[in-house]
Amino acid sequence: MPALRRTRLPAFSSLLTALALAASGCSGADPATGAGASADAGPPRTGGTLTFALAVDPTCVDPQQYGLNASLNIGRQLVDSLTDQDPATGEIKPWLAQSWEVDPTATAFTFHLRPGVTFSDGGPVDAAAVKANLDGIAALGAKASIGSGYLAGYKASTVVDPTTVRVEFKAPSAQFLQATSTVSLGLVSPATFAKTPEERCLGALVGSGPFVFGSYKQNQSVEITRRAGYAWGSSLWKKQGEAYLDKVVYKIVPESGVRAGALESGQVDAISDVQPQDEPRFAAGYTVLTRPNPGFVFSLHPNVTRPGLDDEHVRQAIQKAVNRPELTTTVLSTKYKAATSVLASVTPGYTDLGAALAYDPEGAKRILDAAGWLPGGDGIRAKDGRKLSLDVVFAPAFNASQTVLELLQQQLKKVGVDLRLRKLTAGEQNTVQTSGDFDFSYYNLTRSDPDVLRVVFSTKGLNRGRLPLGPQDTALDQQAQLVDPAARAAQVAEAQRQLVDHGYTIPLFELAQVHGFAAKVQGVTLDASSRLNFHDAWLKG
Amino acid sequence: MARYLLRRLLQALFVLWAAFTLSYAILFVLPGDPVDIKLGGIESTATPAEIAAVRDKYGIGEPLPVQYAKALRNAVQGDFGHSVQSGADVRTTITDALPETLKLTGFALLLAVVFGGGIALLATYARNRAIRRLLLSIPAVGISMPAFWVGLVLIQVVSFQWRALPALGNDGFDSLVLPGITMALPAGAFIAQVLAKSMTTALAAPYVDTARAKGAGRARIHLRHALRNASLPTLTVVGVLAGNLLTESVVVETVFSRAGLGRVTAFAVDRQDIPVVQGVVVLSALVFVVVSLALDLLYPVLDPRVTTARAAAA
Repeated sequence: MPALRRTRLPAFSSLLTALALAASGCSGADPATGAGASADAGPPRTGGTLTFALAVDPTCVDPQQYGLNASLNIGRQLVDSLTDQDPATGEIKPWLAQSWEVDPTATAFTFHLRPGVTFSDGGPVDAAAVKANLDGIAALGAKASIGSGYLAGYKASTVVDPTTVRVEFKAPSAQFLQATSTVSLGLVSPATFAKTPEERCLGALVGSGPFVFGSYKQNQSVEITRRAGYAWGSSLWKKQGEAYLDKVVYKIVPESGVRAGALESGQVDAISDVQPQDEPRFAAGYTVLTRPNPGFVFSLHPNVTRPGLDDEHVRQAIQKAVNRPELTTTVLSTKYKAATSVLASVTPGYTDLGAALAYDPEGAKRILDAAGWLPGGDGIRAKDGRKLSLDVVFAPAFNASQTVLELLQQQLKKVGVDLRLRKLTAGEQNTVQTSGDFDFSYYNLTRSDPDVLRVVFSTKGLNRGRLPLGPQDTALDQQAQLVDPAARAAQVAEAQRQLVDHGYTIPLFELAQVHGFAAKVQGVTLDASSRLNFHDAWLKG
Repeated sequence: MARYLLRRLLQALFVLWAAFTLSYAILFVLPGDPVDIKLGGIESTATPAEIAAVRDKYGIGEPLPVQYAKALRNAVQGDFGHSVQSGADVRTTITDALPETLKLTGFALLLAVVFGGGIALLATYARNRAIRRLLLSIPAVGISMPAFWVGLVLIQVVSFQWRALPALGNDGFDSLVLPGITMALPAGAFIAQVLAKSMTTALAAPYVDTARAKGAGRARIHLRHALRNASLPTLTVVGVLAGNLLTESVVVETVFSRAGLGRVTAFAVDRQDIPVVQGVVVLSALVFVVVSLALDLLYPVLDPRVTTARAAAA
């Protein structure tokens, strides 16, 4: 139906835009302002229950363990972090830590905590609690699917005094400061660590956040209620003190069409994961809150040891043969941006490489011709009797992935490259990646810190692309050691250029979070990691 | 009778064992494993060593015969272990979800029997050929409509346009109506087809003429004589349907965002959560076994010509 959408939309677009702007302020345009930040909404009101439809069951509500969007969008309300990250600038701002020092080698971090903060079980959020959390997450190991990665190389935490904690790493880890702002390293009470990881998943979880866990019924609902006496919100939030809402009820509604209809018919107040085909339904009278996921964009990640892809010319030609804007405008929506680098544009350290990623099919053909890859009878190029037929393994974690790849298949065919789609389950994709039996893999990785590139591409890490040592490795190592943002950004920029120029990855598009809200819902925000935050949210009477 | 029951019990145990073993084998040969799916997903940064540690904890690293023997021994004691995904006890996961699914399937079966049976009786009772044809064509339509589609249409019209009933959730009887109808439609159609066919056969039998000659009224012949004989095949169908509705709950519970065994199953299969899948498979096998045993014991009550002793001797 994208053709239909495109023909219909222009006729009304200006009117709809005007209406949307009038009704709800700059909906989704600026994440910092949040949903419905218009002046005519009146003064914020305390009270009420927000019903929010999630697309998938959170499975585990402990944000330290689980990395599912649904889990994090719940966990974010329950736990506070040492720091917060400004979504507009990427700067790290005070939250539970009022200030901090990082040593010049990026191996030791000292945090000065805000006094008087308590967990909802009454225990203090002090240096000992921070130490218990970091030790605890490190001990969870692989079970802390995201947090354990952030703590790679963790040495120890030391309680200097009740409000001062010193965290040390065995090797430079500049990314750690941003990691402290994520929900994955959010703090839970030391009593929580006495519970088994399984009990915590099901809700045995005590945080210091603006909401308190109420109940979790699998495949059905999660309820959280306002924490009375909350007074230590992030410095980036508009409202100080307690949250406005009495309660948030998350309902799990897997069918996207049912989610959209439930919002339209008032059965829920808000929905997550609005699908591109449902977006026009919420063009007026609703607020659509959207923000690209920071981090490594959805990409074709080549296995450079495979025949064909071991030729840098082939990778460079494919880089030029991808029409990125067509991918987003045809099968996605305006909420999704064509990739202009390896990193999404909202990631700190992002460099615009749009020129290098421009669509140039003739250039692609020239490179392939010169490298000896010549079209055969069926239009597919070959060299030394080997056809340029490459597979891509993907797991349908993001709904539109298959259609994106099908369009990509057509685009590559135009320059004589055959792309074969191999749809796998998440488990299979992992097995295949470990074995190396694939040409391209297709995925993204969300992180609001450029260190995500080191995780994906460092030859010392998982190195799924089987990359050789090279300048990109040096740049990735360097950025991990630099505390100065400008110096670090220079290395990150170098890494992005190297990865794009050598065709070590073929960036496609930036994933976006797209949430729909009824007009009465005000003040919901997306943080720097594009996770929902309900502290400032309120319901218009 | 005692020998018959003993034999049926042994058969039942064999079926349960076979279901357990077969599902175990199928899950084992699938590529990937549940720990990989939980921790080693494409976004994970866990090292292979960390993943191996977790795999050991769940006993997934052990040789197949050892794993199987352990799992079977625990299953015999009713312990299916813990979900790899959520960490919850499989028994709790199932007993939490089962009541919701029983409510739904029970309601759907009731609707199916009442409306399916009603249509069959009306159709065979009707004198007007056109009405008869019309009634008899309803089941064919009902069977050919996929539950997924029917559910979405009902949601679209009844819930979103008329706003008469909720489209989602497990909140009281209101939320049971639409999924119940969705599920009852193909089941009721099937019952109607089978009952109408048996009724037609029964009504053509000589004893009907005898009854008529004795002066029995049309309604009496229909309900007392023909229906009693025609109900046996239908009863078998109802038994099979009761089991099938469990399968159907996978689709219907997803469309209607209901918690229940169907959702638990879908999620567990998707993530290769072996302990949960095994628990569900054995439970379904148990349902089939119990229902078919109950039906076998019920036949002689309905029709004295059927005896379990003869069945046992055969």
